[in-house]
Amino acid sequence: MEFKTILFYIFSTVTVLAALRVITARNPVHAALFLVLAFFNVSGLWMLLQAEFLSLVLIMVYVGAVMVLFLFVVMMLDINIERVRQGFWKNLPIGALVGALLIAEMAAVLSGRYFGLANLPAQSMPANYSNTKELARVLYTDYAYPFEIASVILLVAIIVAVMLTLRRRKDNKAMQSSDQIAVKAKDRMRLVKMAPEVNLPAAKQGEQA
Amino acid sequence: MISLSHYLILAAVLFAISVVGIFLNRKNLIVLLMAIELMLLAVNLNFVAFSHYLNDLSGQLFVFFILVVAAAESGIGLAILVVLFRNLSSIDVEDLDSLKG
Repeated sequence: MEFKTILFYIFSTVTVLAALRVITARNPVHAALFLVLAFFNVSGLWMLLQAEFLSLVLIMVYVGAVMVLFLFVVMMLDINIERVRQGFWKNLPIGALVGALLIAEMAAVLSGRYFGLANLPAQSMPANYSNTKELARVLYTDYAYPFEIASVILLVAIIVAVMLTLRRRKDNKAMQSSDQIAVKAKDRMRLVKMAPEVNLPAAKQGEQA
Repeated sequence: MISLSHYLILAAVLFAISVVGIFLNRKNLIVLLMAIELMLLAVNLNFVAFSHYLNDLSGQLFVFFILVVAAAESGIGLAILVVLFRNLSSIDVEDLDSLKG
């Protein structure tokens, strides 16, 4: 067997096992870590498909950012595992039925006998071919407009995430810097016009004499 | 020799696993979000496999944009989850019935 074939089977087996553990793990932290394992193995598969840029981006963006975010949220929430697991096995028969149907149908269609998928040859690129360079060439020319829309989507996501989770506490004693800047001198001190005090204290009779 | 249908069937298995995960984890919104991530991963695997075997880079560009949208989706989803837990002290999907008439 060819080395790449062995690698494909190792990566795909670990991916499927990790995915199964993601959906059955008791502890959400374990589920997140198994999802990280699945992402790593799929990134290996993409490396086999000569999509080097995307496989590294998958590790950096998904494992480095999105899964860390998941882990933060999982650890921040106080989840009652017993309550969360209620009805877990009750839903298994219908879920397994739907899953088995999906796999059977897709395997029947995709196994290559009907659409001639097996005839498509695997591409082999020359040694100095750079996947990243070619992707960038397409991304910044043909797809420049979708690329800018993608950046706007990310900006909107940032703002939405901040605005959703922002909370102003009632008993907050922090300074309001905008109020401090907007304050005028007359809000703080009032000058009052008044007549000068002229009446001297009345001298006692006995001391004058 | 690994053909295109190997990759497609692997992606189908991944997709089916995540559909089963959505059935099983009805009480746990976090694992539900993770199952959605797994679905997107299966779809991305299809895109990359087709892009390789048809020798067309557009598939990989699509995966790039799907990654952008998926990152935005999971960020907003987790923010909604945090707000939900703050208000309900629960992440059960069945508790999200305050719009029920």
